[in-house]
Amino acid sequence: MTMKSSTRQVDGVTIVDLSGRITLGEGSIVLRDTVRDLLSKGQKKILLNMGDVNYIDSSGIGELVSAFTTAKNQGGELKLLHLTKKVHDLLQITKLYTVFDVKDDEASAVKAFGK
Amino acid sequence: MSSDRVSYTLDSTLETVNSAEETASRMAADAGFDDEEIMKISMAVREAAVNAVLHGNAYDPNKKVTLAFERTDKDLVIVIRDQGKGLDAGKIPDPLAPENLLKTSGRGIFLIRSFMDVVEIHPSKTGTELKMIKHVRSNAESKEAPQ
Repeated sequence: MTMKSSTRQVDGVTIVDLSGRITLGEGSIVLRDTVRDLLSKGQKKILLNMGDVNYIDSSGIGELVSAFTTAKNQGGELKLLHLTKKVHDLLQITKLYTVFDVKDDEASAVKAFGK
Repeated sequence: MSSDRVSYTLDSTLETVNSAEETASRMAADAGFDDEEIMKISMAVREAAVNAVLHGNAYDPNKKVTLAFERTDKDLVIVIRDQGKGLDAGKIPDPLAPENLLKTSGRGIFLIRSFMDVVEIHPSKTGTELKMIKHVRSNAESKEAPQ
């Protein structure tokens, strides 16, 4: 299963609903293009909804890191929402869980973005 | 002691990475591992295949990846070889070091080591052989462990 992404706006925050696999190739490219496109349009508060991401490999992890740092370097913020157990465990063992701002409730995640 | 062995010769393509992962998942299921262990084994093989295809053979159509699975009474042994310049594992930075945490690559070997019981990397001038072992017995024992 490849990855799909769709975006919606909630109180000035762009929520990206992701589903499928973030792996080397198409999945990573979809994520990269989506985040770059949002940033280029000035949408710098990005919440990646990972609730339907059932698999991620090291390339996908790298792409998440890249999205996070790219957003930050452009004065934006990127947070993660609804991690599945697999993705949660992978971010734990790679020590990235504390690097990312991970939320498990959409409404409070949206409120957590700076004004 | 019984043993079953099967091997594949694969092109240096992205399809090989996906195919190696799917085959590993099937082999691990056949060996009796539970879902979590199957995921770990298939992910380790996926990462090894990525290394072989990208970093070893660099997508060279003239270079092949060989993937072998051997099931013994105690172990599932997986060997993947490429025809690249030879991976110097000693030069791979620690992905958990603070200065490397935000790097976008370099976690593949770390994940393989995290998910498998034994990992051996044998580089040579004609390529790299990566051997991974998952103990079948430890899987069965963990299921039988007293509460």
